[in-house]
Amino acid sequence: MREVDLAVVGAGPAGLTAAIEGAKRGYSTVVLDMNPRPGGQLIKQIHKFFGSREHRAGTRGIEIADTLFYEAASAGVEVIVEAEVYAIHDSTLEVVVQTFAEDSLILPSEEATTSRSRPLSIAARRIVLATGGAENALSFAGWTLPGVMGAGAAQTMINLWRVLPGERILMVGAGNVGLIVSYQLMQAGGEVVAVIEATPRIGGYGVHAAKIRRAGIPILTSHTIVSASGESRVERAVIAKVDASWEIVPGSEQELEVDTICIAVGLYPNARLASLAGCELHYFPGLGGWIPVHNSRMETTVSGIYVAGDLSGVEEASTALEEGRLAGICAAASLGKERAGDHDEIKAIEGRLLGLRSGPFCQHRQDAKQELIGIGEAQCPQQ
Amino acid sequence: MEDDTIVCRCEEVTVEEIRKAIREGAVDLTGVKRRTRAGMGLCQGRTCEKIVTQILARELERPVSAFKQATVQAPVQPITFSLLAEASHD
Repeated sequence: MREVDLAVVGAGPAGLTAAIEGAKRGYSTVVLDMNPRPGGQLIKQIHKFFGSREHRAGTRGIEIADTLFYEAASAGVEVIVEAEVYAIHDSTLEVVVQTFAEDSLILPSEEATTSRSRPLSIAARRIVLATGGAENALSFAGWTLPGVMGAGAAQTMINLWRVLPGERILMVGAGNVGLIVSYQLMQAGGEVVAVIEATPRIGGYGVHAAKIRRAGIPILTSHTIVSASGESRVERAVIAKVDASWEIVPGSEQELEVDTICIAVGLYPNARLASLAGCELHYFPGLGGWIPVHNSRMETTVSGIYVAGDLSGVEEASTALEEGRLAGICAAASLGKERAGDHDEIKAIEGRLLGLRSGPFCQHRQDAKQELIGIGEAQCPQQ
Repeated sequence: MEDDTIVCRCEEVTVEEIRKAIREGAVDLTGVKRRTRAGMGLCQGRTCEKIVTQILARELERPVSAFKQATVQAPVQPITFSLLAEASHD
């Protein structure tokens, strides 16, 4: 049994920043991540982020991941990759780690093929869950055929593994994920036949939509996928127009010759570990579904367990960076004396989060988070 | 959705099978799960849970928020029995 002050599940933007704050305050900190490389979804974000300078606008996500990992390692955080947390009980995490040497847990070796799975128990005084989100599925005739996949999966294939999932692609969903992944599939050499969106409006940012349109790809709003078909994999898709009550407009069906259908219809918080730990969940459709209730210090209804990032409401990498920092500072502060400056830092983070959640696209998230924290302040343990 | 559209691909459960389970008395995810095995495969409902919830909501004319997620059990990631056994000796 390993004993640490702070254990963080998930090495994405939220998990890494939480860990950095814990380690900076002198607490032994471990981050566990199931992937072979730390950074969460950042490692496949090859595009430059935009927004403000303090949220690293102009930097590619993959570079932010490297910077965060370097910062974490310098602060003394132990990042254990290829570690699957399969259970949580009494502030102990049950983990399976892939390692071929007991003491080389930091990063996978080039000789990862010689690795061996072994179980590891980690007892932690505080836990930050930053398990992120998962892609929503869509059920339609033929969706189980090979060639239908999540847009995130396609993005992993092209940007991480350099494999083009298909030649002719239909993208379902015109949110930011659908738009960005469509563009990256083109960059990788694929032909995106169309982007369809069931709502009457493009959900993603105009700048991403414009890039798609300039490339001549139609973005068809009020369109849904009806079916996929093919012999042993996707060979064609049928799409159709939908009316205001989401019913298919008869006669509007059209057949597209595609071999790949990417589904980009949003994410939901991956709350399994939080749920297993006994955290109360509350349903917020605007934040992706069932979210662990947390207070303004990111602490859940289970004392000592904190949440951050997409798990505490599906948002963006920038909000995840801030929430992780907040969770890390608060978890560390609860372990001992609050540091001089913690209060100001918390106020500054809250201010930046407010900024990130303002504007026509984001105000609904601010309102939902406000309500969530309101419930949390009433239900979560008091300091 | 057509009746024969698959909802839970791990256990190959169709829309009609889920509707039938609801007609036979299932009022939540656990009820559907026990009657059809939807959500009991390798992915443990990660893919289909939301879709099953939408079908429940539509059939029973209740909001999606009225249906809690299915109870989560350890292990939340698929692991082998030998590792579980090794862990218990730790």
